[in-house]
Amino acid sequence: MPEKVLELKGVNAYYKEGKQKKQVLEDVSFTLYEGEITGLVGASGSGKSTLCKCVLGLLKEYDGEIIHYTKSPQMIFQDPFRSLNPKKSIGWILEEPLKVQGGCTKEQRREKAEEMLKRVHLPVELYGRYPRELSGGQRQRVSIALALITGTKFILADEPLSALDVTVQAQIIALLKELQESEKICYLFVSHDLDVVSMLCSRVLFLKDRKVKEYADL
Amino acid sequence: MSRLSINGMKKGKTSNNLFSGGPQKLSGQKAAGGGLRSYNFTFGAVLTVIMLGLIVLGFFWVPYDTEAMQGSVKLNAPSLAHIFGTDQFGRDVFSRVLSGAGSTLVIAGGTILIGGGIGILTGAVTGYFGGWLDEGLMRINDVLAAFPSVLLALVIISIWGSGKYKVMLALGIAFIPSFARIVRGEFMRCREEDYVTSARLIGVSTPRILFVHILPNILPALLSSLTIGFNNAVIQEAGMSYLGIGVQPPDASLGRMLSESQTYLASGPWCAVFPGLFLVLLILGVGMLGEGILDRFGGGR
Repeated sequence: MPEKVLELKGVNAYYKEGKQKKQVLEDVSFTLYEGEITGLVGASGSGKSTLCKCVLGLLKEYDGEIIHYTKSPQMIFQDPFRSLNPKKSIGWILEEPLKVQGGCTKEQRREKAEEMLKRVHLPVELYGRYPRELSGGQRQRVSIALALITGTKFILADEPLSALDVTVQAQIIALLKELQESEKICYLFVSHDLDVVSMLCSRVLFLKDRKVKEYADL
Repeated sequence: MSRLSINGMKKGKTSNNLFSGGPQKLSGQKAAGGGLRSYNFTFGAVLTVIMLGLIVLGFFWVPYDTEAMQGSVKLNAPSLAHIFGTDQFGRDVFSRVLSGAGSTLVIAGGTILIGGGIGILTGAVTGYFGGWLDEGLMRINDVLAAFPSVLLALVIISIWGSGKYKVMLALGIAFIPSFARIVRGEFMRCREEDYVTSARLIGVSTPRILFVHILPNILPALLSSLTIGFNNAVIQEAGMSYLGIGVQPPDASLGRMLSESQTYLASGPWCAVFPGLFLVLLILGVGMLGEGILDRFGGGR
């Protein structure tokens, strides 16, 4: 039995509208396991973004239980042109989690950052480059490397392919698959593209009108 | 017909390349309005360096004692001995301009340090956190901003008395609201950016997010507003000294020189022209430099 990574038990989430509370998630419960890719699909306004915010701890207005069994969750964003700090080099960006965690010398940090670049099939030369010098696909790979370098086992991918063209999409899908197998990473993969979801995911979570309508194996 | 469609495809491909690659996009932007923009930056920088160089020179060396009066050379026109001429007491105008501009620079610099420092801190905190903290601090800010800055400075000076450092403090406090407002807006814009969310997820501390992650991204806007603030401080100081509430005699000040020389405008126009010209060139240089910084590094425009 694979280990649990994330568990939600009866989560209800709210937004404040003036003095009134508006419910945006109703009794959401599910469990994610390591090495598993779960697709999160649903129409706009179904509560996908709210669920993501709750899972990442960015939204505190909820009741119910959200239990993380691994290190802090990480996220890959939809727009690779906004997810990396434009004023910092790729090396600096990748080393930031190591600086926060502490315990690494400057050389060790550089070594780990370069190793991580290789891990996501990027040339080590990108270490000193700035995000504006990279293509969309390369930036998305850096985002994946940034999530991995924190040592997390859970990555929330918020439509990570929608800003990329088809060939690059295929490469990123292959990379996500590879990391799922080698690092036992668990993904929650938010997407509108059912083809991609059916290709990549082993399970799908279908949100409709604030509730989980379907949670099934594919 | 077929040629048209091929052209169409080619076009589509080019724009796609532009989208995926940053450098092409950048060079395209530069090419669009490069001439005038770089002119602003270069001319502003050169002028600022020359003026600041002269002022710094004035701190260490002036050709004549700024307070030494010579009865024999009263209101002498510019000559080789006195390149800016002499005033009604026979003092060398060039020496007094340099020394007066020195006081102006110290006061304007101090104003920016006080106003900018507190303004940036307030703006960063209110813009990033929002909520009641934002409401509270920004209302205080509004109260400060409701007074014209000269009036506010006058109130402060009437309480503490006049003098170089008190003018600096008074203007500094009066300048806080404008900086706070600009910085707040920029931080509000940046806090929603994905790279900030990413930093929060990594576990970066809030002060580090504010000043290491976000601040470099608002630097062009900030630098440009600092240069505008510097110019305003220079003008305000000159205005206050002109009115007699700024730098006190016998210290030289550009504003006071203008005020003193208006009686001799017909017999010794150089006493007014050179301090005025110095003021104008300093403000022009710093102003153009600010514009240039925003054009060259702002990106968003």
